[in-house]
Amino acid sequence: MAKLLIENVSVRFPLYHGESRSLKKTVFAAASGRLGEDRKHRLVVEALRDVSFSLHTGDRLGFIGANGAGKTTLLRSMAGIYEPVCGRIVIDGAVTALLDANQGMNLEMTGRENIRLRGLFTGLNEPQIRQLQADVADFAGLDQFLELPVRTYSSGMIVRLGFALATAIKPQILLMDEWILAGDAAFMTKARHRLETMVRGAEILVLSSHNADVILRWCNRVIWMDGGQIKADGHPEDVLAAYLPPEQFAHAMAAAQDAA
Amino acid sequence: MIAPEQGQAAVEVSHTASVPGRAVTIMASRGWRGRLTLAAADLSETLRLWPLVWTLSMLDIRLRYRGSLLGPFWLTLSTAVMVGAIGFLYSRLFHQNISAYLPFLSISLVLWNFISTVTSDGCLCFTQAEGMIRAMRMPLSLHAARAVLRNILVLAHNIVVIAVVFAVFHTQPSLASFSLLPAAALWVVDATALTLLLGAFGTRFRDIPPIVASVVQIAFYITPIMWNPAMLAHRGLSMVLVTWNPFYALLEIMRGPLLGGPLDAAAWTAALGYSAALVLLAGAVFARTRARIAYWV
Repeated sequence: MAKLLIENVSVRFPLYHGESRSLKKTVFAAASGRLGEDRKHRLVVEALRDVSFSLHTGDRLGFIGANGAGKTTLLRSMAGIYEPVCGRIVIDGAVTALLDANQGMNLEMTGRENIRLRGLFTGLNEPQIRQLQADVADFAGLDQFLELPVRTYSSGMIVRLGFALATAIKPQILLMDEWILAGDAAFMTKARHRLETMVRGAEILVLSSHNADVILRWCNRVIWMDGGQIKADGHPEDVLAAYLPPEQFAHAMAAAQDAA
Repeated sequence: MIAPEQGQAAVEVSHTASVPGRAVTIMASRGWRGRLTLAAADLSETLRLWPLVWTLSMLDIRLRYRGSLLGPFWLTLSTAVMVGAIGFLYSRLFHQNISAYLPFLSISLVLWNFISTVTSDGCLCFTQAEGMIRAMRMPLSLHAARAVLRNILVLAHNIVVIAVVFAVFHTQPSLASFSLLPAAALWVVDATALTLLLGAFGTRFRDIPPIVASVVQIAFYITPIMWNPAMLAHRGLSMVLVTWNPFYALLEIMRGPLLGGPLDAAAWTAALGYSAALVLLAGAVFARTRARIAYWV
C-alpha cells in the first residue's frame, strides 16, 4: 500500500540576487502578492502556500493551473527534492519522478553508464542491471549510440533514453510533468503503450498537464493550482468544467470519450 | 489499484524491476533535533548507496582521461615529474641532502595535492551535481562522498611515486608506522567533513570557491611542505607556523612515522583537536543547510 501525504506544505524560493532596495520595490509592485519577506527580511517567492491533501493506492491525481501556479514545484516537493519550509510530507512507496527530459543523467557519461548508475541508485544487483541495460537499449533503439557520451545525442535521443530509463523501473508512485507527453509523433506512438502500462501499474499517479483530455482519461481526481494554493480539488469533470471555457471543456470531453 | 492488463502489457513489463519503497517523512523542522535526525538519515542512506558512490567516482576518473593513451597513469606520471623537478632544484636551494629531502618532499607534495583538490572539489560538489539533485531525491552527502572517494583514488595513484622514491633512497619507515592506519582514517573523516562544509558554503555563496583556492595557495607556502621546519628553526618565525598550523599537525601524523620518526604525541593531539572541531562544525552546517541545498544549486 502506497501513500503520499502533504500536510500544510509551504515552499519559498529565496531571491538572493534581488537584494537591492529599489529592485525590491519594483518587483514587489510588479508581482501580485506572490513575493513576500521571510523572518530575516529576505525577498522570497512563495511558490506553495499551505497546501494539504493526501493520496492513497488507486488515486490518479491531475494538476491543472496556469504557468507558474506551482504545479512543478509541488511535484518536486512530492518527490522529496524540495523540502518545505513549513509542513510535513510523508512518502510511502518507491517514487519515480519524470520531471525533465535529462532525468539527472550525467551528460559526459555514456548512455550505458547512465543506465548503470540509475540501476545502482535503485538498488539493483548486477544481473538486474544488465537486464535493465538490455531493456532500455531495446526500447530506446539507440544501438551503438549507447556507447557514446550522452552530450553527443540529439535532444530527441535524450528524450528517448530518459523515457526508456524512467519507464523501465516500475514505481509505486509515479509523478509526471507534462514534458513526457510532448515527444515526436513517431516515438510517442511507441511510447504511449509503455507509458499507459506504467500508469496502470503504478499505485499512485500524479500528472501535471495542460492537456485536458489526457487528464480526463487518466485521472480520477483533479487539483486546480492557482498562485501556489489549491483553488479547487475534486472530480475531474467538475474541476475542469470550472477551469476551462465551456467550448474547450466540451471539446476535451468529446476527445476523452473518443479515446476511451 | 488498477491491475496491469494481461497479455501484451505483461510481456512488455516482464523485464522491469519493481523496487519496494521505504517510507520517508520530511518534516519542515526548525529544531536541531529534527535537523540532526534528517542529516544522520542522509549520511546512512549514502552508506547504503555505497556501490553507486564507488561507480560514480571511478567513472569521474575514467572520464577525465577518456581517450588518453596513458589514462589515469598521467596522475602518477605528472606527480613523479613534479616531485623530481622540485626535489632536485630545492635540495640545491636549501642545501639539503637529496636522499633525505626527496622522500620528505614526495610525501608532502602528494598529501598536499590531496588536501588541495579536496578543498577545491569540495566547494563545487553540490553545484556540479545540480542535474541529479533537482531530478530525484537522493542523499546530498552522496555528492560529497563521491568527491572524497574520487580524490582518494587519485591519491592511490600518487602513492606509487612515494613508494618508488622510498625504494630508490632506501628510506626506512619507523615502527610507529602502525599509526598510519588510524591517521588515514582520520584523513578520510576530515576530508568528508571539509567537503560537506565547503560544499554547503560554496553552493550558497558563489564567491567561496575562489576565496578557498587563494587561502589554500597561501597555506601551501606557510605550511612546512617544501621546507622542513628544522631548516628554519633558527629563525624563530617558523615555530608559529608549525605550532598553530592544523595542516602541519595532519601532515606530520602521516609524514613523521614514514620518514622514520617516532610517534609524535603533540602532533596527534593537535590533529585530533582540529579534526573534532572540523567535524562538529561541518555536522552543524550540514544539518542546518541540508534541506536548502536543493534550492541553492
